Amino acid sequence: MNKGGMVIPEEGFSEINEVLDNLLERSSSECAFLVDKSGQLISMRGDMDKVDSAAFASLSAGNFAATSELAKLIGEEEFSVLFHEGDTESIHISIVARNIIMVIVFRTDETSLGLVRLEMKKTIKELIKLFKDLNEKSKKEKGKKQFNDSFTKSLDDEIDNLFKDKG
Amino acid sequence: MSLINYASREINCKIVYYGPGLGGKTTNIKYVYKQIDADARGKLVSLATETDRTLFFDFLPLDLGQVQGFTTRFHLYTVPGQVHYDASRRLILKGADGIIFVADSQKERLQDNIDSFKNLRVNLKSQSIEPDSIPLVIQYNKMDLPNVMSAEALDEKINDKGYLSFESIAIEGVGVFDTLRAISKLVLKSISEGR
Repeated sequence: MNKGGMVIPEEGFSEINEVLDNLLERSSSECAFLVDKSGQLISMRGDMDKVDSAAFASLSAGNFAATSELAKLIGEEEFSVLFHEGDTESIHISIVARNIIMVIVFRTDETSLGLVRLEMKKTIKELIKLFKDLNEKSKKEKGKKQFNDSFTKSLDDEIDNLFKDKG
Repeated sequence: MSLINYASREINCKIVYYGPGLGGKTTNIKYVYKQIDADARGKLVSLATETDRTLFFDFLPLDLGQVQGFTTRFHLYTVPGQVHYDASRRLILKGADGIIFVADSQKERLQDNIDSFKNLRVNLKSQSIEPDSIPLVIQYNKMDLPNVMSAEALDEKINDKGYLSFESIAIEGVGVFDTLRAISKLVLKSISEGR
């Protein structure tokens, strides 16, 4: 694993979800995602049953990465906010910390871009503080042997099981 | 970047198929998609041109199921192989936990393979990933064609570091899962050791 691998400890995570829930309520948005820039979904809150969250996270990160490269071409470090407007659903993407982006999905007839942006800014301040605490805890976990041998063996067996008889 | 989430009990890893254009990276991932049960895989996302050349990436999440309460997922990505899409390739490598290098075994593609392998090492470094420490396996694809080099000859030209290598005919599925199985195990070993 590269040294940038993220470990999210049990404690501290519920506070992050709580902040996202508050954001959804205050901004009347449908759903909020936290995604790391490599495309891994960290957390998802709200009602998005119909959406494939893994694909959504991967495409959001790809979208953000491609736009950041565009920014660099015109001399910007990155664009801190992206907004995609649809007829009924819109998407607002913003950077939270160096490696984390937040994606908010909202209905255009239920809230306004202005309110979403206002609440997003408040939320980011809270999240930055929480992730700072989480990072400290996470640093202590990195470099440690994460799982015992029986766990690794079980995963090996699962790989064989998933790929068995597949040529 | 692997993500170990003790709160939601999830382990996510990112595996990237890399290699020269038209080498068979997308063919690999499409074959995996077709063969794996629907409940163990997510949606196959392909950002491709109208002529089916990869423009940005293909993405396929695979679910290993639950082990000791943890759900483990592999996220498979391909990069666009064409030389001029280098910026896109760099972006996809961000946070990669393992690489499958898909080489085109035809004799006339040897230089393309060598160039792509060098390009991989440069781009890994640009993402702060040490090329010599990330798990990597090589797949020699298109072995059914008449004008191919032998795996031994390809190893000599490309694989001077002695990575595990597999012969394949990705379009028929030959070698596709052998390669994926090998990198999956290497990646999980690496993560479990906290590397």
